[in-house]
Amino acid sequence: MSAAISISGLRKSFGRTQALDGLDLIVDTGEVHGFLGPNGAGKSTTIRILLGLLRADAGTARLLDGDPWRDVVTLHRRLAYVPGDVTLWPNLTGGEVIDLLGRLRGGLDPKRRASLLERFDLDPTKEGRSYSKGNRQKVALVAALASDVELLLLDEPTAGLDPLMEAVFRECIQEERQGGRTVLLSSHILAEVEALCDRVSIVRAGRTVESGTLAELRHLTRTSISAELADPPPADLGRLPGVHHLSVQGNRVHCEVDTDRLDEVLRQLLAAGVRSLTSQPPTLEELFLRHYADELPAGVGGADADDLGRAR
Amino acid sequence: MSAVAGTAALARLALRRDRVMLPAWILVIAGLTATTASSFAQLYPTVEARQEFATGIGRNPSLFALYGRAFDLTSVGGLTAWRIGGFAAVLAALMSLFTVVRHTRAEEEAGRLELVGSGVVGRLAPLTAALLVAFGAGLILAALVAAGLIGVGLPAAGSFALGLAIATGGWMFAAVASTAAQLTESARAANGIAAAVLGLSYLLRAIGDTAGEHSWLANLSWLSPIGWTQQVRPFVGERWWVFGLAAVFAAVLTAAAYRLVARRDLGAGLLPSRPGPAEAARTLRSPLALAWRLHRAALAGWVAGFAVLGAALGSIAAGVGDLVTDSPQLRDLLSRMGGGRGIVDTYLNATMGIVGVIAAVYTVQAGLRLRVEETSQRAEPVLATAVSRVRWALSHLTFAVLGTAALLGVAGLGAGFAHGLRTHDLGGQLPRLLGAALVELPAAWVLVGITAVLFGLVPRLSAGGWAAVLLFLLLGQFGPLLRLNQVIMDISPFTHVPKVLGGELTFAPLVWLAMLAGTLTAAGLVGFRHRDVGAG
Repeated sequence: MSAAISISGLRKSFGRTQALDGLDLIVDTGEVHGFLGPNGAGKSTTIRILLGLLRADAGTARLLDGDPWRDVVTLHRRLAYVPGDVTLWPNLTGGEVIDLLGRLRGGLDPKRRASLLERFDLDPTKEGRSYSKGNRQKVALVAALASDVELLLLDEPTAGLDPLMEAVFRECIQEERQGGRTVLLSSHILAEVEALCDRVSIVRAGRTVESGTLAELRHLTRTSISAELADPPPADLGRLPGVHHLSVQGNRVHCEVDTDRLDEVLRQLLAAGVRSLTSQPPTLEELFLRHYADELPAGVGGADADDLGRAR
Repeated sequence: MSAVAGTAALARLALRRDRVMLPAWILVIAGLTATTASSFAQLYPTVEARQEFATGIGRNPSLFALYGRAFDLTSVGGLTAWRIGGFAAVLAALMSLFTVVRHTRAEEEAGRLELVGSGVVGRLAPLTAALLVAFGAGLILAALVAAGLIGVGLPAAGSFALGLAIATGGWMFAAVASTAAQLTESARAANGIAAAVLGLSYLLRAIGDTAGEHSWLANLSWLSPIGWTQQVRPFVGERWWVFGLAAVFAAVLTAAAYRLVARRDLGAGLLPSRPGPAEAARTLRSPLALAWRLHRAALAGWVAGFAVLGAALGSIAAGVGDLVTDSPQLRDLLSRMGGGRGIVDTYLNATMGIVGVIAAVYTVQAGLRLRVEETSQRAEPVLATAVSRVRWALSHLTFAVLGTAALLGVAGLGAGFAHGLRTHDLGGQLPRLLGAALVELPAAWVLVGITAVLFGLVPRLSAGGWAAVLLFLLLGQFGPLLRLNQVIMDISPFTHVPKVLGGELTFAPLVWLAMLAGTLTAAGLVGFRHRDVGAG
């Protein structure tokens, strides 16, 4: 099975701004791929290049075995797109926009349209100018999901949806996956990514910094360890490979350990006699914060990062 | 006072955004009046020369229709006020109404006013700021016009009166726009309403000014705000009290706008929006069908306006023939304006020339819809479907091309009917005037090409389409008067349109104008295919 999207070394600049600086991305057919990165990292630019709206300066991009710039019309029959910022024509109703976009793509399933309208609780008789942001987003989602296409390009599609609708969206994407469709999902909502995505790619400043399954990515990060020991910890604990942010207060130790170096650290702690031990597995939030922020202040990688993540 | 808190900051924001646009408007209008005055001073330096010129003009209602009633043509000031006053007032009115709508309803429609309104900004502040900016622009315009005229050597009182009269045109339509902006939810519709009021007031004035002294129709000029700016009679014993009428008019409309803005919700118009169809009609399945939905309201308004315009201009024509004069000066002026032999034909040729340029305003508006759709990010979802860029672009350009044809056709038919009925020659005049209107079409289509080229190759400068149409209008109106070099006159496609009434229909210029339009459009489409699509 070939890749639905394969991008390598993609570059794009707008004037002096380098939006993409050698971005790589592989999305396999049939997978839901999370596309993550801080604001301005180049996610939307990548999606616009895939849609043939922007022309890449360098690098290659293949989409459904076609050239996204050259084969626009044939490729677009096979995909649907939901922009992050949906603007509707003020004098067309939501229902009209859904039908129009579906027809321009090559047709949509009326049964699916009706069921999606119901599930998303969307009134299709309102004019574009009177929809709220969340409802405009729903119009674009229904238009995309009701189309019979192989690939969905979703650019932060749930921005503006309430939690109830967010849950409906997740159900819909699960169904899409079962139906064998490929989804590229750009998102900031980590719970959403965790629930939906088979693999993720993290981009920063126009480059891919990490790509793989969530399990693989977790493996790359650190576990935080707090222990109360019988004796003071060994003096060279801080010099062990893979130990970070070590703090020692008497017999109490707190540190972060690269997950693949846990064995050696635990051995050292055991030697000093363990009274209590708390180990926190790496959270997604930590994972992303590590990649999102340029240089994290000391302390934000552990429990603080978790709070930050939850506060989002 | 809290209701107007933040006005100063908003006014500064508006000035920052309009820092190019407003000075450009002001300089064009002030420059136009000064050049007109100085060229009259050179062309007709003596009272005798002007007297001779006036004897012809004084009896020609066709020119009254276009420029207004002449009160005294023996002074350079009187001549200048007659020739430029009404026209400059219309330009000032357009400047002000666009300014007011841009900073009120357009901001509201775009949702930016909501962001601004959440700050320390009173409910009435945006409207107040927009009106202040329009008022200030008018003051500067009045001062510059007066300074220019005094510089040419005209009397100070008349110079100030003309400057104020022109600025008053702006102020009154700032007030019209402030009310229109409260009535509709879209800025486009608000501009349309205000512009329609402006068009109507120009027509009322034209009918009133061409009616005989004792006809009741002559009173129509007094119903027209643009008429008032001329009734001030600058340089001809200024009647300052007429400014009172304008002040009352502006005050009433401004008060109405304030009452409406205090009552309604942000973002809402006067009419609540009703539920529409839950499903799209079967026919709404192509980019062209979408374009029709987006263009039809504006096109309908323009078509109605052009029908009225054509009929009004046509109904005046017959009267012109009764007043054939043997003044060589008038013949000279008319033939430079319109060419041809008979005075009626000359008038109609000149009229159709103006109708053609006004139709080109629609052409540019319809063509620029492409850029509007692109920058508002509504093009993106359509281009993400199986619609090629060229097909999408052509869907909108179709309206620029065929819509313009419809406008000219309607104006020609309207003029043909009105003129045909009055001359009892419907069968003869209808096709003649329809043809006279339609020969302007290839020239108007050049604007499709210019708009398409800008959109395709230098999208940021798309608004240059407006500059082009304004330039062509000014060249047509003032080129002959200023005796501009033919090379400069030839810049305007409308210069090349043959004068078909009483003249000969030569196809060559029509063919190459159409080819030029086609070539430019094709170049624009090729450029659009190869550039990035987006708001930037």
